Parts: sequence; C-alpha cells; structure tokens
Amino acid sequence: MRYNWNWSVLFADPYFGWILSGLGWTILVSLVAWIIGLALGSVIGVMRTLPSPVARAVGATYVEVFRNVPLLVQIFLFYFVLPEVLPREMGRWLKRDLPHPELTMAIISLGLYTACRVAEQVRAGIQSAGKGLANAGLATGLTTAQLYRLILLPLAYRLTVPALTNEFLNVFKNSSLALTIGVLELTARTRAVADYTYQSIEAFTAASLIYATISFLVSFLMRRAETMAQLPGTLAARER
Amino acid sequence: MRRVHLFGGALAVAFAFVGASANAQELYGTLKKIRDSGAIVIGHNEDSPPFASFDADGKPKGYSIDICNKIAVAVKAELKMDNLAVKFQAVNGQTRTPLLVNGTVDLVCATTTNTFSRQKQVDFLNTMFVTGNRLLVKKNSGIKEIEDLKGKVVSANQGTTNEKVLNELNQKLNLGIKVLSTKDQPQAWIALESDRTDAHMTDEVVEYGLIAKSKNPDQYAVAGRLLSFDPYAIVIRRDDSAFRSLGNRVLADLYRSGEWEQIYSKWMSTIGQPLSPELKLLMSMQNYPD
Repeated sequence: MRYNWNWSVLFADPYFGWILSGLGWTILVSLVAWIIGLALGSVIGVMRTLPSPVARAVGATYVEVFRNVPLLVQIFLFYFVLPEVLPREMGRWLKRDLPHPELTMAIISLGLYTACRVAEQVRAGIQSAGKGLANAGLATGLTTAQLYRLILLPLAYRLTVPALTNEFLNVFKNSSLALTIGVLELTARTRAVADYTYQSIEAFTAASLIYATISFLVSFLMRRAETMAQLPGTLAARER
Repeated sequence: MRRVHLFGGALAVAFAFVGASANAQELYGTLKKIRDSGAIVIGHNEDSPPFASFDADGKPKGYSIDICNKIAVAVKAELKMDNLAVKFQAVNGQTRTPLLVNGTVDLVCATTTNTFSRQKQVDFLNTMFVTGNRLLVKKNSGIKEIEDLKGKVVSANQGTTNEKVLNELNQKLNLGIKVLSTKDQPQAWIALESDRTDAHMTDEVVEYGLIAKSKNPDQYAVAGRLLSFDPYAIVIRRDDSAFRSLGNRVLADLYRSGEWEQIYSKWMSTIGQPLSPELKLLMSMQNYPD
C-alpha cells in the first residue's frame, strides 16, 4: 500500500476549522436531542406503567412506532415528507421560515427517537422497583402523582443509570445521521475533508478518535454518577 | 571505519543504478500488479449516469466505463495477455481513495474533478470530459444568473467542488445565500422540487441528467453562465508513469480517431446535451502524437 500519509492536513486551514465546527454541531444536536429524549421518554415511560389503560395504550403506541422505524427513515420523513402533508402554509413555514430547518428537524427527530428508548428504560426501572413499594405507598395515603414523584421515579432513575448512559452515548453516534439532511456535523465535515483532499484515512481516523474521546468522557462521568446513585443493598452496590 | 562506510555506500548506489537501468524495461507499478494477478480491476461509481451506473443486467455502463474498457483492452495488448480478466468494483466518495491506494482497484472511472489538492494523494489521466458549475432551477423562478439568488436558498452536495465554488461565490459577490448541504443528487432534487431550495448548484452535465430523468423535465432548466472549470479525469495511483502514459495514449487515440465523439454522443444524447465547439476543441488539444 503506497498511501501518502499527511496528518498535517487535519490541522491545515480550513480543514481544522471544519472539524471543530462539525464537533460543535454534533455536541449541540446530541445534547438538545438528549434533553428532549430524557424529558419526553420519562413521560412516556411513566404512562406505560399508569393504571389508566388509555395512557398505557398511548405510551405503547408511541414506543412501537418510533422503535420500529429506522432512525434514518424517520429523519427523512420528518424533514422531507412532513412539510408536504401539512397544510400548505404550515409546510412552507417549516421549509423556509423555520430557523435552521435541517438542524431543528434533526434535533426533533433524534429527540423523539431517543425518547422511545428512554421510555422503555424508565418503564423497566419503575417495574423493577416492584409492586410492593407502589402498594405500600398507596396504602400510606399517597396520591398516584406523589407515589411516582417521591418513590417510584427516584428509584427507577437510580436503577437505570447504566442503561441511560448507554442511550446518552447512542445519541452522539446517532447524531451523525443528521448529515443526511444537510447538518454539517462531525461526520459530514470529515467526509468533506476526505473528499477535498483525498486524505480519507487521516480524516476518518480523526473523527473516530473524537467520537471515542466523547464516549470515554461520558462513560467516565456517568460511572461517577452511577456510584453516587447506587442503592444500598442492590447487586450493583455489592459488587464494589 | 568512516571511509569503509562511504565506500560501501558508493558501491550500493552504483549497484542501484545498474540495477535500475537493467530493470528499465521491466514492468512495475500497476502494470506489474495486473500481470501478476491476471486481472485489471476497474473501480466505478454506481449512481452517476451517463458516466457510470448500471444497465438493466446490473453491468456497469456509461461514458467513463466505455473509456476504462478501452484502457483495459490496451493493457491486455501491452501485456500480451488475451485471458486477462476485467473486473469491476463499485466505489463511492469515501472508499475510492483507500481502495485505489491499497491496490483493490487499479483505476477509478467516475466523475472526478482533477484538483491539485487531490493530486497529493492520487494521480489523474488526461482530461476525459470538461464541465463546470451552473445553476439548476425551476423554469418559472425567473432566475437567470447567480446574482438573482440574493438571500435565497441554494443547495450543493456535501464535500464536492460544487459546494466549494458556491461558498466562495457567495462570499465574493456578497449574495447572502443560505447554503443547504445536500447528501446526494436525489436529495438535492427533492429539496428543489418541494420548494425547499431555489436552486441547486452542481456540474452542468449532471444537471442535464437530473432533468432528463425527472417527472416533469419541462419545468426545470439549467441556468446562468459557467461558474467554474471542472475537468473530469480517470484516477490512478501516484508515481506510475508507465500506466499513466498507457492510459493517456488510449485517450489521445480516441480524440484523434474521432471515436471519442461517438462515445460522447452515445451517452450525452441520453440526457440531451449537445457537443459544444469549445468542448470539442478542448478534447482535440489532448490529441498528443504517438
């Protein structure tokens, strides 16, 4: 293999700037999508465990719809198809007047997709907290809202920190799909550097290292959070 | 000690020269690799008609493919290998450089613009086609030139020379264009069709192709002057002048014999692009003597 290595291309103008700005968009898309995912996912997850059959059906439908359609297709549907099926004026607004349409739509669709995965984890957490606690809470006179707020949710989140860490990392990796609708995030910028210079191995190595660094950083922070959130008396706590 | 080293070094250099001159007639690089492996591997795009795409039977076809097939025939003759296998390998923007450099493919037949930045990594044969950036617009938009796009939304595909030219002109002419970086031509087309963008910037020849295969070809137009100069060339590995000269001889023969015009009209008639006198002149200028 006679590859002409040139690592300095990564630090050359304008490519270094591209990679940096790509990293910035990746972080922005991921963080905002994660906030949407965590908030909406918690609501859906709770709905799936409520006594009301309607709430459970709505929650279940949401999860099934968003879990079963590939994210790439969802992003495409949100960006290209949704404006066409909406009333004309609203569609035009989405396409033209919405600030940064591709960025906004990427964040929304990634957030909604993440929500369905977070919902399942929250549901699992609530259910593993056990029926006994729920019944005990109700017996002491707590309302359903209080039961969730004071007992079930705090337990559920603490039990599911490792799974949520995993989801948080997935958001970063999934954010690379935003390039399909024109968000110039890290992967898109990497591809551009590779295409302009043909130094594709250097460019993709750099991107891999950046994604890996983000992952290590998040894992490290979340492991601290995990230790702090550990429940005394559970298996996870005994392992330490 | 030092003198011995110097002497040894001089001897080694001398032998190297002798060795090199003795080997001057021997095959090296791509030609040697093709002879040793018994196959020439043509890397090609899958979705760039009329240059490189698939026919109904799934075989690669197109203007670039025709030229590469001619090169394969010439390699066969040069190596005197009648049973040389001609293999095809699909590549894309991400894979073409690594696959070329690591020897998986021997040449890349696509719609690659020859640029100096890329020449640091790969080499190009002589120009096989010349195009340039123009605007793809809806006919009823009234857009005639790039200046008409002030404050409008224009798409260009990520990582292409088209995107580069658009960004540069946007700054230079102070147009305040909002650039949408589309992933590929089909997405750019949807964006234009659904009024998400006012124009798409890409190579003229690609625009004719997009219009030709659209549902309502009469609603779209290629507009404005040529905004850049994009010479397409076949990509080969660097530092391989024997293979490059063989490829260039095939091209020159095509331009000299007039066969090139047949290949041109065979493929460009499918998208309705006529042969301009300028292009004909540009090509005939590469008709180097044998």
